Amino acid sequence: MNRALESIAQLFGKASHKLKKDEISPAAQKIYFYKKGIKVTKAEIEALHDEHHKNAKNKWRKRRWLTLMAVNLLFVVSFSLDIQLLEGSLTASRFMGFHMADLNSALQVMLAYKAVLINLLIGVVTIFIAWFLLGGRTFCSWACPYHLLAEWAESLHLWLAKRGLAKNYTFHRGVRTVFYVIFALLAIVTGYTVFEFISPTGILSRALIYGPTLALIWVAFLLLFEIFLSRRAWCRYVCPIGITYGIVGVFSPLRVTYDLTDCKHEGDCRAVCLVPHVLDLTIKNRSTDVEVGIGADCTRCGLCVDACPTNSLNFEFKGLTRKPKKEELPLMPDSNESLVNSEPSANKQSSSEQQNK
Amino acid sequence: MTDSAIDSKKDSSVPVPASKTAKTKGTIITRGPGKRAQEARRQFLRSVALTVGVTSISLLGFIPIPADAKRPRLRPPGALSEEDYLSSCIKCGQCVQVCPVDAVKLDDLGTGFGLGAAYIDAREQACDFSCDGLQCVLACPTGSLTHTLDYTHDTRMGFAVFDKPKLCLAVAGKGFKGQARGPDYEGLLRYEEIDRWNPIPLKDYPYDVEICDLCVQACPIEQRYNQCQAGNPPSGDDNQCPPQRAIGLELIEEKNGVKHMKPVVYDGCVGCGVCEMICPTEQASIIVDYNILTKIPLSEQYMTKSKRGHS
Repeated sequence: MNRALESIAQLFGKASHKLKKDEISPAAQKIYFYKKGIKVTKAEIEALHDEHHKNAKNKWRKRRWLTLMAVNLLFVVSFSLDIQLLEGSLTASRFMGFHMADLNSALQVMLAYKAVLINLLIGVVTIFIAWFLLGGRTFCSWACPYHLLAEWAESLHLWLAKRGLAKNYTFHRGVRTVFYVIFALLAIVTGYTVFEFISPTGILSRALIYGPTLALIWVAFLLLFEIFLSRRAWCRYVCPIGITYGIVGVFSPLRVTYDLTDCKHEGDCRAVCLVPHVLDLTIKNRSTDVEVGIGADCTRCGLCVDACPTNSLNFEFKGLTRKPKKEELPLMPDSNESLVNSEPSANKQSSSEQQNK
Repeated sequence: MTDSAIDSKKDSSVPVPASKTAKTKGTIITRGPGKRAQEARRQFLRSVALTVGVTSISLLGFIPIPADAKRPRLRPPGALSEEDYLSSCIKCGQCVQVCPVDAVKLDDLGTGFGLGAAYIDAREQACDFSCDGLQCVLACPTGSLTHTLDYTHDTRMGFAVFDKPKLCLAVAGKGFKGQARGPDYEGLLRYEEIDRWNPIPLKDYPYDVEICDLCVQACPIEQRYNQCQAGNPPSGDDNQCPPQRAIGLELIEEKNGVKHMKPVVYDGCVGCGVCEMICPTEQASIIVDYNILTKIPLSEQYMTKSKRGHS
């Protein structure tokens, strides 16, 4: 429960903090303690890195891009070829006759219209269950067409930033929560679905299905802003859809799980992540346990799973994923004895931690 | 990354002399804000700017581009009053997808908060009810197109107004021969005698009439009314029978004693816009007025509409 609250606080913009010793499980403490004894040189990490990227196939990114394109293409062909599989657009649709409604759009409509629309509620429940099972913000990276464009814009941004041609101005992450409240209030006060007017998700989805509109100029502006001024600004700091689905996914069984055991803490995962704060637990001494599920703000995009050279990050469906039995770690100190034996240095560790604070 | 790197370069020049003085005097001197605090303050100010910026842009929806906003727009059948319609519409376009004549289109940026909401441009392509079952109403997931409607004649999209009597062929005593809107017009209309299920291009159905009465001939309400009068209601269902006529040609005697034929709109008009679409004059002599409706709540629309068309 505590972890869920922490995950929600993080979604709303709370920064992660250093852990007190009693917040870290004994098993995890043991691993951290053990890792202190092993110096990982830069050359080793680079070798590991090269080895991994020689074999890495960006498996999850490929799957995700294909899925995202397939979902949006299904909308397009359903209308253009009139096969009526998936009618409507991302804001509300019908899949083989079943109502589906985007949770954020439905919320905005109900706030603006000030009524609970029963028909819409059916679609809302369907979609809620679907995205709860699939991980909440999974919507963002596996279905939202803006996400894909922004991802391409992001690579361009990184390329330009490396050459000093683009900057990454950051914002406080809590600003997205402020936007969430603002757009909810605006819908109530004005009676218009104000967010829908600037939502690149809706604009793009409709443009794909019903043909281009002038509103695409706004989407282009957003992409340019992200390319030259701030990496992934819309998804990170503005879009309320992310918060809505984030909340849906707090208790989701599908998530990326972090395993501390083999992690080299070199930070490759955080470098590729849209929401790197969810991976702060991969920093040394920041993980509460040996195995921890990543927080609700995670879009389950799988970039970190692809990037991790030590297989420390993996997709997991709670109750379904069978974990391979770990071999007894040969390098691990024997449970109790070693702790007792190394008590003096353990004290050193704790004192140095206190100094860090 | 680059940003913070540059910031730190700037910042480093400030605290260095301060720390020197602190060392030499051996006392703690308050230095300016630390790098972190400074970056945090900048980030906070940027975040405020972002909030103000994006919120302001979202409020631009209040200022629709005038030329576009004044366009006399029809909403699809069953649309709630404009205000309720815009707030309850989820902008998904399912109504667009089910329309057999592609009459329903989605608004663009120019209409402000109307962005993504459905409209019908009757002159370009009117709703001819050829789906027979109000498909757009059934498709609407929010009830923005109210689900309380059952039949074609229950709808109230607007009201036909005899706008330019001087252009009207019937008033001038003229007939009409040929394609109603010329060879280049792409609009569709359903002709039951040709194909009950598939609307055909208007240009494929040339007319030849002695006194032009295309608006009366093509009116979907009139067609249903006549079928019912002939004891042959649509789909054999008496409920489909419109209670009143919608439009007819009448012999009118003006004050100066001149007699001529003239289309007169009756209470049964639902404002579908087929008359506006088919009118063969350069500018349509008869148009569907949308604004009359917006001032009247939907529930009262049926009751309050009165005979119009006298000009």
